[in-house]
Amino acid sequence: MSANNLTAVTGKKGKSYAAQKRAGLIASYIFLTVLSIIWLLPILWVVLTSFRVEPGSFTAAFFPQPYSWVEGTTKYTQTYTFQNYIDLFTPRDGFDFGKMWVNTLIVAAISCVISTLFAVATAYVMSRMRFKMRKPFMNIALIMGMFPGFMSMIAIYFILKSVGIEKTLLALILVYSGASGLGFQVVKGFFDTVPKALDEAAMIDGANKATVFFKIILPMSKPIIVYQALTAFMGPWMDFIFARFLMGTNYDTYTVAIGLYDMLDKTRIYEYFRQFAAGSVCVAVPIIILFMSLQKYYVEGVTGGAVKG
Amino acid sequence: MSKKNLDEKIEIPDDLITKLSYVVFGLGNIVHGQIAKGIAFLAIEVAYILFMIVGGFQNLINLVTLGTVQTGWVEVPGKIMPEYRLGDNSMLFLLFGVLTVMITVGVVWTGYCSHKSAKNLQLLIKNGKKVPSLMDDIKLLLDQRFHITLLFLPICGILVFSVLPLIYMICIAFTNYDRDHQVPGNLFDWVGLSNFGSMLGGDSRMTTTFFGVLVWTLIWAFFATFSNYFLGIIVALVINQKGIKFKKLWRSILVLTIAMPQFISLLVMRSFFSNYGVINRGLINLGIIPSINDTIPFFSNPTLARIVIIVVNMWIGIPYTMLMSSGILMNIPQDLYEAATVDGANAVQMFFKITLPQIIFTTTPYLITSFVGNINNFNVIFLLTAGGPSTSEYYSAGKTDLLVTWLYKLTKEKMDYSLASTIGILIFIISATMSLITYTRSKSYKEEDAFQ
Repeated sequence: MSANNLTAVTGKKGKSYAAQKRAGLIASYIFLTVLSIIWLLPILWVVLTSFRVEPGSFTAAFFPQPYSWVEGTTKYTQTYTFQNYIDLFTPRDGFDFGKMWVNTLIVAAISCVISTLFAVATAYVMSRMRFKMRKPFMNIALIMGMFPGFMSMIAIYFILKSVGIEKTLLALILVYSGASGLGFQVVKGFFDTVPKALDEAAMIDGANKATVFFKIILPMSKPIIVYQALTAFMGPWMDFIFARFLMGTNYDTYTVAIGLYDMLDKTRIYEYFRQFAAGSVCVAVPIIILFMSLQKYYVEGVTGGAVKG
Repeated sequence: MSKKNLDEKIEIPDDLITKLSYVVFGLGNIVHGQIAKGIAFLAIEVAYILFMIVGGFQNLINLVTLGTVQTGWVEVPGKIMPEYRLGDNSMLFLLFGVLTVMITVGVVWTGYCSHKSAKNLQLLIKNGKKVPSLMDDIKLLLDQRFHITLLFLPICGILVFSVLPLIYMICIAFTNYDRDHQVPGNLFDWVGLSNFGSMLGGDSRMTTTFFGVLVWTLIWAFFATFSNYFLGIIVALVINQKGIKFKKLWRSILVLTIAMPQFISLLVMRSFFSNYGVINRGLINLGIIPSINDTIPFFSNPTLARIVIIVVNMWIGIPYTMLMSSGILMNIPQDLYEAATVDGANAVQMFFKITLPQIIFTTTPYLITSFVGNINNFNVIFLLTAGGPSTSEYYSAGKTDLLVTWLYKLTKEKMDYSLASTIGILIFIISATMSLITYTRSKSYKEEDAFQ
């Protein structure tokens, strides 16, 4: 397979050029189709499961069909239903998915704003200003990034507790965005590519550093700011560890990640699996729409960040 | 600006006021007419002294002793029944002790700034220049010293939510804060390097666990990084080759998984591969497995579980590398290929001489970060297997536990905070040595300024 692909990639001119190329393309299409199926199947499965009547994760068929049977003995009917979504948004057993969803949205929105501001500000300083503590700061940021993130979670918990705000959404916001000044590297990489001549020209015209930042650099950096905001916004939807650790048993401030994880608890999974799927759809769909509409910026960020390190 | 500074750097001895500015913060500023700035300096010093008197000094003493009064029943003279008294809380003592040390360092630094400021004023006056007013200083904060304005809040955040907790946790590694010394109720104390000792040879079960988990962590990081890297590049090459239609569609299908919250896809995968999951069910339906009693133990067989984890991780990681290397591929100048074709190079040669070197060159920093990231990849392991299958050879760890998930378990389940912190430090040492060597040798680090 790979030989075919390589040939096709670079377009070799050979004896049977056309035939070879066609074979390569056909192989590539088959390869891509198989990949697409592998990648889409689990997602499709979650969506279908969210409409399923049969409880549990151990289903009779990969895709529920109107009629199926278990172990050749009992026949029963399977149909699709919207009931799972209704159940999901009906609070019971302490689960209130609607509330969790709103909680997560609040936390994500606020920490997205804060961490974007912090990261962009720090990145600008590291890219454009020259001062004594610059290199040390960058090295410290590098070093701190190498400690496992939640090693400090106990300490953070007690700090928040000593202020009396543990188990609140504010605590989560602070945890997600507090230290975001350390995550400046990708944005800095982008700023580094903006020519310094622009700044200098503006400063000859009498602009100060603040004006350069707000009037020149920021407007030019829309892609990377969108990238930064997008990753920051998606973080709280996906984080599980900190939310779990901070919230304990305070159901009122649960985020979707903890809620969904708890639904798969051994004692609950049979009854709750369909709600889990429905909940997953409710979380994934907005994020996917948001992500897809901003995909262009994300790609720029990923590529730029990788190249610069 | 730097040139101007050089001109002004004429060495003159400190006068008395300047010298005293080390001790009385802001004295220089007040004497030379910068009243507001001077008072601000002084206020910091006064606040610090008050703080030290009220509790700061005690905090420092507590940091050394970590508490002496045990919680428990105390005989009280004159009363028949003993009284239950709350003792010292070592954990809070340590936390506030570290905080006090950090504040002290900050104040010492303020003293240094106060002196620098006074010296500056002394120079200005000696040279017959105007003393900058408060307004001038504020204007500077938007210009030459704009970095202070911009960095103030981010640095506060970093200090509180990153530096303080990290120092605190590093300290914990040198104490015996474990399940037998839980606060409140018990005290813990400094024990020096004994945690590292028991981890690296002192305690045989702990050592077995540590090295067992470490080896798997490195194997995992290696396979997770390179499988995603090379397969991602191959997929990108296939999608980006000439003649393939619907490039955007293929890419979007894969990107869907990046947008899908990771914990959802991982939890779904977990239920797919579980003993009674969809995959086993499918194999039964297809007749490959005879009955429900012969399901494939994807997660209870250690080797199988490890393979499944790496495979699932590919499902999650390949789209990301695909996206990244697509961007790089599109940026390779086409004339390179044209020139090579003219020179008679064939496709394979062009791939190995142009495409691959270009990709590897630009993504080396990414490879390092992603290797370190995989060493600390908590989500994939925790949400898929939670470290299982468990084994009695290991102390509180399973066969697929990484060092980070082991750290988590020690914290959450065993409350062995000191051991957890020790592991944290060891993880740091491993990833730091690996990446610092490569980072400092990489071009992007050395020639950072040359690039602009």
